Amino acid sequence: MRNTIVSLISIILGLVAGGILMLFIGSNPIEGYSYLLQGALKNLERIGNTLATATPLIFTGLSVAFAFRTGLFNIGASGQMLVGGLAATAVALTFDLSRPILLLVMILAGLVAGALWAFVPGLLKAKFNVHEVVSTIMMNWIAYWTIYYVVPGYFKGEFLETESKKLAESDTLRTPFLTEMFDGSYINLGLFLAVIAVIIIAFIIDKTTLGFELKAVGFNRFAAEYAGMKVNRNIILSMLISGALAGVGGVALYTGNASSIQIGILPAQGYDGIAVALLGANHPVGVFFAAVLFGILYSGTGFMNAMTEIPPELANTIIAIIIYFAATSVMIERLLNKFKARKSNKEDKSGPVVEKGDS
Amino acid sequence: MWSIIEQIFPYAIIFTIPLLITALGGLFSERSGIVNIALEGLMVIGAFSGALSIHYLSGVLDNHTLVLWLGLLAAVLAGILFSILHAFASINLNANQIISGTAINMIATALTVFLARNITGSGNIRISSGFSPSNVPFLSDIPVIGDLFFTKTYPTTWFVLAILFVSSFILYKTRFGLRLRSCGEFPQAAEAAGINVRKVRYSGVLISGAFAGLGGALIIVTQSGEFTGTVAGLGFLALASLIFGQWKPLGVLAATLFFGFASTIANVSQVIPELAVIPPILLKIFPYVVTLIALVIFSKSSQAPKAVGETFDSGKR
Repeated sequence: MRNTIVSLISIILGLVAGGILMLFIGSNPIEGYSYLLQGALKNLERIGNTLATATPLIFTGLSVAFAFRTGLFNIGASGQMLVGGLAATAVALTFDLSRPILLLVMILAGLVAGALWAFVPGLLKAKFNVHEVVSTIMMNWIAYWTIYYVVPGYFKGEFLETESKKLAESDTLRTPFLTEMFDGSYINLGLFLAVIAVIIIAFIIDKTTLGFELKAVGFNRFAAEYAGMKVNRNIILSMLISGALAGVGGVALYTGNASSIQIGILPAQGYDGIAVALLGANHPVGVFFAAVLFGILYSGTGFMNAMTEIPPELANTIIAIIIYFAATSVMIERLLNKFKARKSNKEDKSGPVVEKGDS
Repeated sequence: MWSIIEQIFPYAIIFTIPLLITALGGLFSERSGIVNIALEGLMVIGAFSGALSIHYLSGVLDNHTLVLWLGLLAAVLAGILFSILHAFASINLNANQIISGTAINMIATALTVFLARNITGSGNIRISSGFSPSNVPFLSDIPVIGDLFFTKTYPTTWFVLAILFVSSFILYKTRFGLRLRSCGEFPQAAEAAGINVRKVRYSGVLISGAFAGLGGALIIVTQSGEFTGTVAGLGFLALASLIFGQWKPLGVLAATLFFGFASTIANVSQVIPELAVIPPILLKIFPYVVTLIALVIFSKSSQAPKAVGETFDSGKR
């Protein structure tokens, strides 16, 4: 409950800051936000696109949140998405299989590739105590350059050097019934995968011994070790699952929302995953709603930009500010405490005035 | 081989200098006990404010060199201003320093492109020209060394090297340096000795903001001439240099030179026949793989400040 209130206040503060920015560049914030909402939710097609935009964010948010539960900071979701997307694209362009089997193999390939990419930092952390923040950043850039040379080298597009060959519609996660239901939106099966992932991860965290052990390691790895848990194994396992989630997120992004993989770009969704996880209080259900909110902000800005003078980067700016407020939630909590203290003082005037300290 | 080194040396230096000053900034922050992964964002802020102020000042002032130096100054100030966000979050509010740093990276990239797009319409800010390289008088005539070190150098290179040696002196020979280091090793003891840990840590983070801002602007005035909304991971590479250099000024110099050469070799490999045989992908990932290996090697004997990343709790003795 407390987490939800802090998240909501962070969102409101972020939106207010966004409004001030709009005023600063001489636009009308109310107009801006109303176009933003219309752009994201005006008709079925736009709602579909919003959900599709949210899909990779659900995966990366889950990825970061899951690692975070074990006390690990996975900044490498971008790289894991890239290799996951590359693996799925490679499968789709190489093998000639019937659609259900092909999709299954693509998803598995992305999952394994992402997991392997996260295995390296996990192993280095467990065996050599190498900080995963630095090692995952390094892995991101290794993925970046790998894609940079492997895509033009082996899967070059027909027209552009800078992207892979386009996948046939039947080789992607897009499916006619969803596309028709949402009036031609690029919503795809990735959303179902994401919902399944939310349920599975929630189950693992809340209901299994593994989840309990991972949380115990996250709270205090020495205590967990003393209690007989295999801390190193759990760290590696946690990174593997985290990487697998990001890898499937890459599959959803590059073979669902898009049908090719571009070189020279680290997907921003990897870093946004940190934001999603933080705003969702590292809980799978919270992650889902945070990702949908970011989906609304991202997919609405195009329309807002077309109708007003406001640049589309407003969405990133608002999200970044929300995260800053969420990260500094102590400030919000202090304010809440003060507010509460004042309220209880008012209700109980005769009693002694209790000064609430900072906590 | 020698001719290759001679050829790429100036480019390697141009690449090294922004990395060096940024990593040096990170050194001040981390030695005071605050992890600063916001270096990337602070560099972007510096590149943006440098490019923006040079863009505007060019129309007002005639002295182009002065305009460039004023641009660098603006970048330093903007870097300081922005790093206050990180200092406030991690020192006053006990925020997770990595999350705060990530948030600042995101704010920096989003906000600068947002503003640049509003100003120029395209999101890029171009400056008419940057510093031009020149030979150092007399010294450039010395054989071998003259060709390598004193030919076609930028004034900013000497400026940054001066900062490096002054920083080294401050860190190891002054009272402030001792206090800064003690706050990163054992802040509770420092506090017991009468040091205001929060104040010292603030100065560490603000110095890192100043240096990273300068680093970002240096890219504009020596390499690219245009702000494009990113510094392409140089801030993270600076962070890696800091670890690789084991949190010591001269170590950082060696590490950034290494990265400068590695990256330059990767960039020019296709035009140098001796290097063209190596697949470019290997050259590109080389610095990052080496960093991972270095992390493993140093993991047993890491010189990292002991209290880095921990929130300061004066009751924890």
